[in-house]
Amino acid sequence: MMALASRAEQESASRRARRSRQATDRLGRAVVYLMLVGTSVCFLIPLFWLVTSALKSSDEIFVFPQVWIPHPAEWGNFTRALTTLPFGRFALNTFVIAGLTTLGNVFSSAMVAYGFSRFRFPGRRVLFLVMLATLMVPGQILLVPQFILFYKLGWINSFAPLTVPAFFGSAFYIFLIRQFFMGIPAELTDAAYIDGANEWAIFLRIYVPLSKPALTAVAVFSFQGAWNDFLAPLIYLNSQKLYTLQLGLSEFQGIFHTQWNLIMAASTVIMLPMVVIFFLAQRYFIQGILMSGVQG
Amino acid sequence: MARDRHRLRRRETAMGYFFISPWIIGLLVFMAGPLVASGYLSLTNYNLLTPPTFVGLQNYRTMLSDPNFWQALQVTFYYAVLSVPLDLMIALGMALLLNQRVRFMRWFRTIFYLPALLPPVAISVLWNWILNPQYGILNEALGFLGLPQPQWLLAPQWTVPAYVVMSIWGVGTWMVIFLAGLQNVPQQLYEAAVLDGAGIGRKFWNITLPMISPVLFFDLVMGIVGAFSYFTQAYVLGQGVGNGAGVSNAGLFYSLYLYQKGFSELQMGYASALGWVLCFIVLMMSLLVFKSSALWVYYGGGDRS
Repeated sequence: MMALASRAEQESASRRARRSRQATDRLGRAVVYLMLVGTSVCFLIPLFWLVTSALKSSDEIFVFPQVWIPHPAEWGNFTRALTTLPFGRFALNTFVIAGLTTLGNVFSSAMVAYGFSRFRFPGRRVLFLVMLATLMVPGQILLVPQFILFYKLGWINSFAPLTVPAFFGSAFYIFLIRQFFMGIPAELTDAAYIDGANEWAIFLRIYVPLSKPALTAVAVFSFQGAWNDFLAPLIYLNSQKLYTLQLGLSEFQGIFHTQWNLIMAASTVIMLPMVVIFFLAQRYFIQGILMSGVQG
Repeated sequence: MARDRHRLRRRETAMGYFFISPWIIGLLVFMAGPLVASGYLSLTNYNLLTPPTFVGLQNYRTMLSDPNFWQALQVTFYYAVLSVPLDLMIALGMALLLNQRVRFMRWFRTIFYLPALLPPVAISVLWNWILNPQYGILNEALGFLGLPQPQWLLAPQWTVPAYVVMSIWGVGTWMVIFLAGLQNVPQQLYEAAVLDGAGIGRKFWNITLPMISPVLFFDLVMGIVGAFSYFTQAYVLGQGVGNGAGVSNAGLFYSLYLYQKGFSELQMGYASALGWVLCFIVLMMSLLVFKSSALWVYYGGGDRS
């Protein structure tokens, strides 16, 4: 009898405890969502303000307090902003530079990664360590001597200094791809080898197709890096017809420093391709960061 | 048989070197060569047009009495000290929120990460407008909350804090790295802790923080190195103000100063010397974090070196 009573008591106590835990859980969840939504709003407001500012008239942009929905929306700002400087030309230049850089980085880095992961040869370990060590060298120290090198080669004011080095691989990407290559089972390649495939064929027909996720991550990162780069184009490109979008935008701000609506219109258009690429390839961005961040 | 194996090994060596040859050539031409050249140039005066003249350690001595050099160091360190801990804390907080097995997690992650990959020039231009003391939304929001409205980039003492505020918008990369670290923490640890009656705070201090300390360590090193290569924002926002580095050089970041010396004033020797000092500082800071890491970084299982 007593045992039964105490058991019932225990049960109701545990039920009460569970219920209160559920209540605090639910409260906790609500707080979490509230903070997530709040942070999201804070992160999105600058972008929202970018777009509304781009659509305001030259008077409305200086109205205080803020007008959040421009009336009327000045769509003409976009054409005005993008035709004052030859942004079409800048876009084409940026596309060519980013495309060549990506091509070079993906192909050469994959090739070197293949060399490091598939063959055993004297000096391999040391060279691989040297490669990792180069990741620690700050780029600023190379700025001046590389400029002098390209100057002597007569490459200043051309795309060459921005694109040619990519065709010699990049330590960080080589490392990423090599990590991926190490996971490819030897049996696969042995079979191909017996079938008489040479090393190039094994590289191109087995390793490359199997490593699409890693190679895509490298491609996406490389493209983003080249698209967003500012310092190298600033140093190497002098004539306006060679400018990239970032260089053009920086100059645009210098010329029209109070016409914020036009500046915001140009910025919106320059950000857009990155936003689109991000939504198409989000998976690879996240994957790339994880490969670098977690193993680094 | 033995000769066959010998030949095979020679062939493998040849193939290996063939495939890594692009990187070796690149290393020699674009890195090793320039590094050696830079070491020599730092001991010369060189303006690209006339041959370099050897001056010994003169450039390094000049640096000691160059007020702009000290200003650049001060600005960069001040920025690193403020932004790195703040950004890491915010990124960790956001990652902790996302790690609560919430619905729409992917959407929130997308929103938090998006600004981190936008072009830095466009971001700087946008923030130049946000930070506008008169018409910017930041000061409008501060005014709405009854808080003081600083002059931001127009006031020397508010210039670095303005860059710090801007940096918060770009913590997405760090957040993604933290999130992955958090998701690698074994759930059993939390379950065991709950059985022992640990609350949220205890779980965070005694499990989460030690388990992600290697990630924290990595981010700390990257953050310090990042401050010394902070250029684009400093250039774009400093443009047209003072000497191109904000009011009374309040935004003279180290890399910006190096650029100005090397490429505006064509003092290639002095800029090379600045580069070596930067390299030395980054190395020292990394070593410091690395040495101290034994005290606070926990490597579980020992399978990670």
